[in-house]
Amino acid sequence: MSRAERSVPAPLLIPAVVAVAFLVLPLVGLLVRTPWSGLWPQLTAPGVGEALRLSLVSATLATAVSLVLGVPLAWVLARSRIRGRGLLRALVTVPLVLPPVVGGVALFLVLGRQGIVGRWLDEAFGITIPFTTTAVVIAETFVAMPFLVISVEGALRAADARFEDAAATLGADRWTTFRRVTLPLVAPGIAAGAVLCWARALGEFGATITFAGNFPGTTQTMPLAVYLALQRDPEAAIVLSLVLLAVSLATLLLLRGRWLGRSGAGAVP
Amino acid sequence: MRIRDIGATALAVALLAGCGTDGGGRGGGSDGGGLGGTLTVLAAASLTDVFTDLGARLEGDHPGLEVRFTFAGSSALATQITQGAPADVFASANPDQMAVVTDAGLTDGEPEVFAANVLEIAVPADNPGGVTGLADFAREELTLALCAPEVPCGAAAEEVLDAAGVPAAPDTLEEDVRAALTKVELGEVDAALVYATDVAAAGDDVEGIAVPEAEDAVSDYPVCVLADAPNPAAARAFVELLRSGDGQAALSAAGFRLP
Repeated sequence: MSRAERSVPAPLLIPAVVAVAFLVLPLVGLLVRTPWSGLWPQLTAPGVGEALRLSLVSATLATAVSLVLGVPLAWVLARSRIRGRGLLRALVTVPLVLPPVVGGVALFLVLGRQGIVGRWLDEAFGITIPFTTTAVVIAETFVAMPFLVISVEGALRAADARFEDAAATLGADRWTTFRRVTLPLVAPGIAAGAVLCWARALGEFGATITFAGNFPGTTQTMPLAVYLALQRDPEAAIVLSLVLLAVSLATLLLLRGRWLGRSGAGAVP
Repeated sequence: MRIRDIGATALAVALLAGCGTDGGGRGGGSDGGGLGGTLTVLAAASLTDVFTDLGARLEGDHPGLEVRFTFAGSSALATQITQGAPADVFASANPDQMAVVTDAGLTDGEPEVFAANVLEIAVPADNPGGVTGLADFAREELTLALCAPEVPCGAAAEEVLDAAGVPAAPDTLEEDVRAALTKVELGEVDAALVYATDVAAAGDDVEGIAVPEAEDAVSDYPVCVLADAPNPAAARAFVELLRSGDGQAALSAAGFRLP
């Protein structure tokens, strides 16, 4: 640690400082424009707590769904020998390059009332997904899961496959090897991917407002509330952004200390 | 996201405007020709189709001129202008949002009303919810879209519904009128309250139902040249085109009321 601090070479230090300034200055801009005196009434305005709660719940659910589906997908991409893995990997990254609004329309075409799957859900079970909290979680999962898949796949590729080979020679089948050897080995990568996924889900706007619509209490998450506040009262929008920012930073710092820190330390030999 | 895109566009427009050549033009327009460079118009989302046509007409009259549009909710546009977005003309769907810009001293001269719009109910072509009038907006079992009260079409909808005493049960409050219309076009909502012009522009996927209660809440569309317009001559030519016989005929054909 101390040795690393002493010797940051200038060609790395200067761009790094520029990068920090570039990333942090917009935040400073928000803080400068924050109407501190009117903060409390803005914070306790009706709907703010509701939007924040909905944001946290839906981002957490989206992360949970991404973990359940995305970790196995990452394993398939990194370890299996199925044909067309390159194509599969490219398809997985589609939500990353797709403008989220287009993603929202695409979700309509599949899961909407008139969609390929949605029409059948409606007719067979009377289930309609758009404009519900479920739709918020689906939109966020669609946009955020690739971040988790890519992180976990990277961790799997970097992990030493000889541990898995050793488990296999000792008689463990591939499922047991995955649970008992691979999963603990890449836990820090999974944690980092989950954090990235959660942060992306928390800030999701385009796919959510398109596929889930905007209704306070049901589908209006903080980014949507911020966008609409901007239409009427930019100061309220700044306050709402700060709330979202403060809560997400606090959560990430807490996790880093409690969870990421420990598992990260465990992974270092 | 949208705001960021517009910022990038505005930057590109500013750069292009800087190196635009004066194309001479054949002077068919009201300003006697010689217009060139780039004209940037910020206009309410409901003006998308008719302004695109009129812009092409102005470009046809002045070969050196390039007309660029940013279509969005009027309030978002007003915010962009007060935050210094470089633009020549602002056309708002609502006098309140124009007032945001005039109050900030960012307009050149008084805004002029060039059109007006009235709310209408939009339903998917087969009208799956059997919607017949404003009262259906109270039916809980239907999937209904209104504009958010923060944007002009939502403010107008609130006014009309309140005046008619209809306790609306919307499922979504859309960020602008086109977003509400898209949901009707996709068949994902049974009805939305949008502008008559949006129904006119939507084609066969959407059917309109007139709302007699909305006649008391007709919204005026003011337009103004901006004080910091990089291309004031072209800006004035565009405003004159809107007010001319040709412009008014195009607006009328698009479903607008004339002032």
